[in-house]
Amino acid sequence: METLLEILQELHEDIDFETHERLVDDKVLDSFDIITLVTEINEEFDIAIPAEEIIPENFNSAKALYAMIERLSDY
Amino acid sequence: MLFTSYSFIIFILYYTIPKGLQWVLLLAASYLFYSLMSIKFLFYILFTTITTYFIGIKIGELHNIHSNYLADHKASLSREEKKSYRAFMKSRLWKWLLVCLLLNFGLLVIAKYTNFTIENINGILELIGSSKRLTFWNIALPMGISFYTFKTMSYIIDVYRGKYPPEKNIFKFALFVSYFPQLIQGPISRFDDLSETLFTEHSFDRKNLNFGLQRIMWGFFKKLVIADRMLVAVNTIIRDPEAYQGIFVFLGMLFYTYQLYADFTGGIDITIGISEVLGIKVRENFERPYFSKSITEFWRRWHITMGTWFKDYLFYPLSVWKPMLNFAKFSRNKFGNNFGKKLPVYLTTLIVWFTTGLWHGANWNFIAWGLTNGIVIIISLECKPFYNWFHNKFKVGGTFGFRLFQIIRTTLLMSAIRLFDLYRDVPMTLRMFGTIFTKPNIHMLFNGSLANLGLSLSDYFILLLGFVVLLIVSLVQRTGSVRGKIAESNMVVGYALNYALIIAILIFGAYGIGYDANQFIYNQF
Repeated sequence: METLLEILQELHEDIDFETHERLVDDKVLDSFDIITLVTEINEEFDIAIPAEEIIPENFNSAKALYAMIERLSDY
Repeated sequence: MLFTSYSFIIFILYYTIPKGLQWVLLLAASYLFYSLMSIKFLFYILFTTITTYFIGIKIGELHNIHSNYLADHKASLSREEKKSYRAFMKSRLWKWLLVCLLLNFGLLVIAKYTNFTIENINGILELIGSSKRLTFWNIALPMGISFYTFKTMSYIIDVYRGKYPPEKNIFKFALFVSYFPQLIQGPISRFDDLSETLFTEHSFDRKNLNFGLQRIMWGFFKKLVIADRMLVAVNTIIRDPEAYQGIFVFLGMLFYTYQLYADFTGGIDITIGISEVLGIKVRENFERPYFSKSITEFWRRWHITMGTWFKDYLFYPLSVWKPMLNFAKFSRNKFGNNFGKKLPVYLTTLIVWFTTGLWHGANWNFIAWGLTNGIVIIISLECKPFYNWFHNKFKVGGTFGFRLFQIIRTTLLMSAIRLFDLYRDVPMTLRMFGTIFTKPNIHMLFNGSLANLGLSLSDYFILLLGFVVLLIVSLVQRTGSVRGKIAESNMVVGYALNYALIIAILIFGAYGIGYDANQFIYNQF
């Protein structure tokens, strides 16, 4: 989780990613941020996030992102 | 009025027949509507409907086999075995998806882009001095093909991704593809979204009728009072580029922005309004786009269903495509962590905008339009550090004045890029844009030339008044539905506003060109 928070924090220093739950809905993360995130997560966690996982529900909070990472690592 | 008068007959039938047959009536009405346009077009839409339906069913079956097998062998399979089974099934699913995409995008490409390709090949032949020329293909572009192909391809990709199971009933699926109010200019609905209300039974509802009719009227006001009036001046300016340069190009650019907004959003208002009367919910396609503070925000709020289509089905898949990820790695090693990281995103952005341009039409001007959008977005991303520095230094970020500046800047930028669409010729567009700066001739605004654009003083006044009405409605809309507010207000006010709208359309509507559904700008895409 810490590594993920670090990646997120690097994208937007001013956001509290531990508590924010509407990152996509509130347009904190735009499509460019999402792609940067996907690339970094892929490398850091050695997974391959497919396009169908790029949906708001998976990117709205750090918690949701982490749950997706765990699910995909298990796959 | 063909489109709407047709809808009114459907409205009456829709609420008099047994409710279970409502969707069947819509299917019949949609096919009749499409056949009235041209019987030849039926082949194309049937092809897309049938191929997508059966491949959808096949993909659904493979998904079932996949999940049943894994459930049955949960305990006996090792992790590695499960992984390799998933990979095997994925490749089978992918093959079917690919067949569907190739067949349907193939048909779209053949119908829409064959002559454009021939034109370019002929251009190359001329360039290399050959006397050979390919003959153009005599083919009429099926109406709405870009819209319904995108709609069906989003369906098949979603089924492939396992987002929802395929539709079992071919007739219901056929209705999703051909639903007549959105057949010719969208919005590009998603199956899971539209099917929630498209196939269900609907009882007559006074509120739906009132709201729907108001929305239809509002669409006609935009289309007939504003767009079709503005069209006259826009056409005068672009048809005589030698006479109308400098300030007139600038005016034409703003006029066209106004015309296209009224035309396209008005058309969508009519579509959504008709659906509302039928009890069917169609997703909004606009969210006050001209209040956007940047071009990326504009594209989140203008033609939303197209933008999200390209994002979900091209931008993201392309970004996570293995070769693109490899390129990202290469780029980071070669160009460092900063620019190297951005390069693949920029490349994807340009590919997506090239395709968006091409989707709008088989012509270089649309490709130039698309690419310019992409380039401006990339420049604005590159300018981010500068913006941050500026805002830290000057603290003007939240002020009304600065927001207004951002809105005007975005509007001017979008309007300027749209000149490609207006002149339909890349060198001509660039030359005309140049004249805004090289020979502005501002004095021509005051020498009576404005009266020669085909609009009288009262036309200009109506257009200005229309602008004020649109602006007020958009401002009110920021805090909730305008129709909701009218419904809650004093009954007299409600009636007065409704009558004012109807009277405005009847008296000030520009009926000169025998209005029908063929004449919406977005029909041609």
